[in-house]
Amino acid sequence: MDQPPAADGQGADVVIETRGLAKQYRGTLAVDGLDLQVPRGSVFGFLGPNGSGKTTTIRMLMGLIEPTAGSARVLGRPMPRSTRSVLPKVGALIEGPALYGFLSGQDNLIRIDAADPTADPRTRKARVGSALDRVGLTAAARKKAKAYSLGMKQRLGLASALLQPRELLVLDEPTNGLDPQGMREIRALVRELAGDGTTVFLSSHLLDEIEQVCSHAAVMARGRLITQGPVADLSAGTRGRLAVTTPDPARATEVLAGHGVTDLVTDPHTGEVTGELPAEPPDLAELNAALVAAGVRVRGFGVQRASLEDAFVALTGEGFDVAG
Amino acid sequence: MSRAETTAGPGLQDGEQGQPLVGRQDSGRERLPAPPAPRAGRAVWTLGLFGSELLIVFRRVRTLALLAVLAGVPLLVGIAVRIETRDGSSVGGGDGGGPAFLEQISNNGLFLAFASLAATLPFFLPMAIGVVAGDAVAGEASTGTLRYLLVAPAGRTRLLLAKYASVLTFCVAATLVVVLSAVVVGFSLFPVGDVTLLSGNTVSLSDGILRGLLIALLVASSLIGLAALGLFISTLTDSGIGAMAATVGLLITIQIVNNIPQLHALQPYLFPHYWLSFADVMRAPVIWDGIVKNLALQALYAAVFGSAAWARFTTRDITS
Repeated sequence: MDQPPAADGQGADVVIETRGLAKQYRGTLAVDGLDLQVPRGSVFGFLGPNGSGKTTTIRMLMGLIEPTAGSARVLGRPMPRSTRSVLPKVGALIEGPALYGFLSGQDNLIRIDAADPTADPRTRKARVGSALDRVGLTAAARKKAKAYSLGMKQRLGLASALLQPRELLVLDEPTNGLDPQGMREIRALVRELAGDGTTVFLSSHLLDEIEQVCSHAAVMARGRLITQGPVADLSAGTRGRLAVTTPDPARATEVLAGHGVTDLVTDPHTGEVTGELPAEPPDLAELNAALVAAGVRVRGFGVQRASLEDAFVALTGEGFDVAG
Repeated sequence: MSRAETTAGPGLQDGEQGQPLVGRQDSGRERLPAPPAPRAGRAVWTLGLFGSELLIVFRRVRTLALLAVLAGVPLLVGIAVRIETRDGSSVGGGDGGGPAFLEQISNNGLFLAFASLAATLPFFLPMAIGVVAGDAVAGEASTGTLRYLLVAPAGRTRLLLAKYASVLTFCVAATLVVVLSAVVVGFSLFPVGDVTLLSGNTVSLSDGILRGLLIALLVASSLIGLAALGLFISTLTDSGIGAMAATVGLLITIQIVNNIPQLHALQPYLFPHYWLSFADVMRAPVIWDGIVKNLALQALYAAVFGSAAWARFTTRDITS
């Protein structure tokens, strides 16, 4: 661990920092007062339903869009003013891949690399080759990009983000259009890159994806940042629910209520009784014994771990749907 | 060393409010290395982007099709003249009613080059330029590749310059294709010899060829203004087809306005107005008046619409 632990993102090692960042499109606020802090070395999940302002934020961070208000710093420098010095150290996949269909995959990467004034043309071929290799596209390198499947295009987009060693990778929905196998590979790649010390900023509308690979996360809804922090803290914000599987749900409900468990719900199909544990939870073994002593036949007993989805629902008080 | 300051930062936070903030900023500044591009190599690498642009322009099937059409014009004109003059008569009955240079082709194949340029300059050539210039930025925007070039980061000004340079290169290439095709067809279908100028004097073939090269250069330069105009239109929209259609549509409109006598007050400001001045090279002595006016007008268009394109492209939000 050569990175000092960033205390709640308040330390110096913040790769992305925005203050009051906002973007207004013809009257509607796409992003509103965003204060984001991405610690160095983290895999940062940027979570929100479609249309919640994730991509607009990423475009502002990459200097493609001028914010209406607020400021953004990437790798310690203000954006979009410092695109020239910052962006060579940032690899980005923004809103899906975009390719020149009449060029081969390899020539597509050569084209993007030639656009980077800091990229050394002498090592171009080799770097393109290793980037293709890293995303598993070597076999299709000479094929015209218009013949690529969506998954292959996505991989080629990733490869263009990996043409140089990067300090920060910004990946907008990187597993879009990939089959489950491809998704697993991308997740493995993200973990591997993070292991090398690259900070990965990963936007997704897939909760389980964030939960699987990210160390930190931020949640957006309707252009506003709802929360951010380590993933463990986010899901810890909502306590787990107690779940009891029993053929005697009515009796179980009575006993549990007597021990302070609230919000008791019985699933009519499975006979599972679930409820919120009180703030000062009783010993679960005692609780189980109490159930049995009261004549409740217990088939299953335990606390369901809160997922990010629960956290999201708890935070927004709504489902994870497209923002209207 | 900056590492030590970093670790100290959060520790100090509780005690002294101002201190860690200062330390944070300093250490942040120290950690950032200077922009990595070495000065000496930058020029070469900027040429790299230009080379990449050329590849993008000339590897497109559409570009090759445009060039093929341009190469076909001298062939058609040459064959038509050849058939017309088979019995020894001259084109148009010898009363000089045809387009410039046309009646001289059967006497000297070199004139096919001048006739072809005169035939393609009003529409075919500028249409090809309009397609390439209109597509330059808007085409990349519509496929989304523009955002990847900009986060590479190509730099907006640098990218625009590379785009304009590649469009100008295409102007030269398109003109040369017409000339080369005309020379090949003309030299193989017609006799070649001393060149009789418009002013009636006769010069040697080599002098004629030199004048031909100068004309090709002037024709290519005549397209500078339209190239800038097309590039500007290209920065206005995210639709490549739209920008191409708008540029070509504007060209046609301006050519029509340029030919309506009642609008003569406007005409000296229209970019195609002095285009055919290149014919004055075929006089002895050469009359430079119209040629200079043409070049000045093209420079004016390039300056105005080049700046407009730059102003637009460097400030716009890239949302495609």
